[in-house]
Amino acid sequence: MKIIVCVKQVPETQDVRLDPVTHNLLREGVKSIINPFDLYALEEGLRIREQQGGTVTVLTMGPPQAEAALREALTYGADQGILLSDRAFAGADTWATAFTLAAAVRKLGGADVIFCGKQAIDGDTAQVGPELAAFLDIPQVAWARKLTFVGPERLQVERLLDHGYDLVEVQLPALITVVKEINEPRLPSFKAKLKAKAATIPVYSLSDLGLTENQVGLKGSFTRVVRVFPPPARGQREILQGAPEELAAALWGRLQQMHLR
Amino acid sequence: MSIIIESDLCTGCGQCLEVCLFDALELVGDKVAVKDGCNLCGACVAVCEYGALSLPEDETPALSRPSHGIWIFAEQRRGRLSPVALELLGEGRRLAEALKIPLAAVLLGHQVRDLVPELMAAGADTVYLVDHPSLAQFLEEPYAAALTALARLHPPEIILAGATYVGRAFIPRVAAVLDTGLTADCTAFDIDPEKNLLLQTRPAFGGNIMATILTPRSYPQMATVRPRVMKKLPPDNGRQGNIIEIDLADLSRPFRSRFLETVSEITETVPLGEAEVIVAGGRGLQEAKQFRLLEELADLLGGAVGATRAAVDAGWISYQHQIGQTGKTVAPKLYIACGISGAAQHLVGMQSSDYIIAINQDPQAPIFQIADLGLVGNVFDILPALIQQIKANR
Repeated sequence: MKIIVCVKQVPETQDVRLDPVTHNLLREGVKSIINPFDLYALEEGLRIREQQGGTVTVLTMGPPQAEAALREALTYGADQGILLSDRAFAGADTWATAFTLAAAVRKLGGADVIFCGKQAIDGDTAQVGPELAAFLDIPQVAWARKLTFVGPERLQVERLLDHGYDLVEVQLPALITVVKEINEPRLPSFKAKLKAKAATIPVYSLSDLGLTENQVGLKGSFTRVVRVFPPPARGQREILQGAPEELAAALWGRLQQMHLR
Repeated sequence: MSIIIESDLCTGCGQCLEVCLFDALELVGDKVAVKDGCNLCGACVAVCEYGALSLPEDETPALSRPSHGIWIFAEQRRGRLSPVALELLGEGRRLAEALKIPLAAVLLGHQVRDLVPELMAAGADTVYLVDHPSLAQFLEEPYAAALTALARLHPPEIILAGATYVGRAFIPRVAAVLDTGLTADCTAFDIDPEKNLLLQTRPAFGGNIMATILTPRSYPQMATVRPRVMKKLPPDNGRQGNIIEIDLADLSRPFRSRFLETVSEITETVPLGEAEVIVAGGRGLQEAKQFRLLEELADLLGGAVGATRAAVDAGWISYQHQIGQTGKTVAPKLYIACGISGAAQHLVGMQSSDYIIAINQDPQAPIFQIADLGLVGNVFDILPALIQQIKANR
């Protein structure tokens, strides 16, 4: 079974803020990590490999530093990591990212199952997985919390929707995005850590993928960020301190003004 | 590709380094230079007082506007419209007036014709109806196939869908196949009056930063919209519209995924989404039994109880009550945050509440930054006193 897991390197904290006056970014030295949801995708890939045999390839697109995310993925036991990196890939929106990933999956000869985390914690779009499935023209099940093989090429998937959980059956090859209820990711193993240190991580560039500049990165993107700004400040803020009874009375007064009961 | 720097104009003031979201700028000598990682967001261009920075020009010629107006995806399940469908019609109406184009609802499902009048009353000029057994239950493949085929048949200028589990699962497939941009989880829209383009605003970085996004060179412009942010219109049952029922050949092909059954329904014992008042608790409540205080207050105010992820993870209250990035998004008239510090992940789920009251012992807690009224004190002292006051005054 060929298993591909897509991961994204993200800043460890989302606690970035813009100065309300200057709009400058207030940021401390932030560490990069594997998007936490992707670790569940990786774990599910490893479990399927243990159950069904096969290989787990971890794929990421990013600057050269994103190699660290792949090396980290190897410490959990992935078989290989592949980095898609080229200056031309910079500025990609979800469409261009998925398009580039799709070219890499094809170059790798396709996959039986592709796993993605439900979304990345920096962008929070949850779009790259479904867009990748669409480019590869394979079925997809989003928000999976449980997988069961019901045949060599059939998966039953329990997935979260707005009303509850649905059970669906999907024919492989397919792409699955996972929620964190699906498993409990393992810890890196010592053996795998040693292997990860020594591993070579192939880098695929624009020409390796057989794409042109107009299809990737900012040029290939259909969306443009035109403005970033801090969230709107709320109206007048009022902070009260004092004895509990006084505070409760102030609160009660406010509730009465609001005509609640 | 990266930002273009006119070195002659650069004074090396370093302003742009401060605003770079991606740490992609550096000073080399006394001039700014671009490192890897430039995302071309343009934040630096906006702050450069010397006009030394610019974005690479887009050479793509302007496209002609498609003629089928704004579409909203009318999400339904088992013959009941999702509230977000009506909210989208409310917002869609506003955008349609601004662009002077029609507003349509796209209704996909099986035996759902009965929902058409409700969509028209909520603002739709046209309802595109695709009624097919393949659409009886939600699956990404047939839903994406239906919307894609419709959009090719009657090309729209804009498609909006709720940022629900359903919308976020299949709308990206449609955008991918239609070769167009998609903005996730928008919380505000506007129209650029010169270019007639949709300005799509969404929170990024866990809600710490807002970003406005354009889809400047392709149609349709597509976005998913956070539920409970847009306002629906009061239903006008006199509104007239037309139904366009479409039989799509694409839906009769076999799909590679199929629905088996609904395993469990989330029974909303707590109608958090509809509650006008929410009393929510966080880590500061310290133990499960303290949630009784919140329940009592919520009962007195006719509201519901919410919780932060910390409280849910601690096992003090069930996941159904969780509000925030990994829980529900709510926007009640009144939100009372008790013992909640105000992590960004929680704030994104409640910051559109009309009025926010926060009670916390720590005057530095971030929750006070967004609270209309903040009480610095002990929840276990203030709430019982408040409950007493309310009871005494009933």
